[in-house]
Amino acid sequence: MHIPDGFLDAKTLAATAVASAGVLAYALRRTEKELEERRFPLMGVVSAFVFAAQMLNFPVAGGTSGHLLGGVLTAVLLGPWAGSLALATVLIIQCLIFQDGGLLALGANIFNMAVLGTIGGYYVYRGLGRLFKNNPLAQAAGAAWFSVVVAAAACSLELAISGTSPLPIVLPAMIGVHALIGIGEASITAAVLSIVWKTRPDLLERGFAYSSISGKA
Amino acid sequence: MKEKAVSRLALYGALVAFGLALLISPFASPWPDGLERVAEDKGFIERGDVQYFRAPIPDYLLPGVGNEKVATALAGGLGTAGMLGVGYGLGLIFKRKKSKRAAW
Repeated sequence: MHIPDGFLDAKTLAATAVASAGVLAYALRRTEKELEERRFPLMGVVSAFVFAAQMLNFPVAGGTSGHLLGGVLTAVLLGPWAGSLALATVLIIQCLIFQDGGLLALGANIFNMAVLGTIGGYYVYRGLGRLFKNNPLAQAAGAAWFSVVVAAAACSLELAISGTSPLPIVLPAMIGVHALIGIGEASITAAVLSIVWKTRPDLLERGFAYSSISGKA
Repeated sequence: MKEKAVSRLALYGALVAFGLALLISPFASPWPDGLERVAEDKGFIERGDVQYFRAPIPDYLLPGVGNEKVATALAGGLGTAGMLGVGYGLGLIFKRKKSKRAAW
């Protein structure tokens, strides 16, 4: 879902860039204050894994492919704030080194995937606790699917506001294909987390990535 | 003990990431992703042709490598290594900041 340069107009680029910068600045402060010691070594690995996994496009429907976004996966393992930083780092490297996603569009891509998809996805994950009876794998799978669809919806809104494609045309198309891609996202997220659960279940405990001392998330 | 378990998880995770990037990425689906496909279908894909800069490894193909699969694998390997370094560096910075705070 990496938006290239040329798809969005100046006001949309500016607005999403400002929003993303604000959120990331806040995320930096929250991470610095609250990220548990035991999760620091994970930041590199989770970022590397998401980067590698995002290269693995899988076919979804005739002639279209999808790939992992990794927002919920990252947020469950690192917490929403460190998670958003990790995703943002992946997106920045993808743009600057691999020409994946536009330069001016970085703000929009970070907003859709690192903010909505990661931080938003995390709170959906938490919110699904009641529905899925505190089963973190089911919660993560549900949140993962939802995060992809929401990111796609935000992307559609940005395209429509930019005048690139009318909303009644682009929104159903994007939601349709990403509802399918979301199934892949949910499956991969659950699969990876189930492995983590076997080795370090406390990383998924109660769906909280922050120490219970601070009580915040 | 717990630190060991996290480091072991981290090690396995890194190995898996490299495995995926080096061995699987060359065989990823070449089809356009969701956004690209919608852009093609709805007629705005050409708007994305503008480029404001030239990245060193565009489209995940390491330049100067004849075989596309090898070029992809190498690009993936480099990117994964880079992300490990950057992510680990970020973690280190936070760790240092945290101990500074704890110190006073």
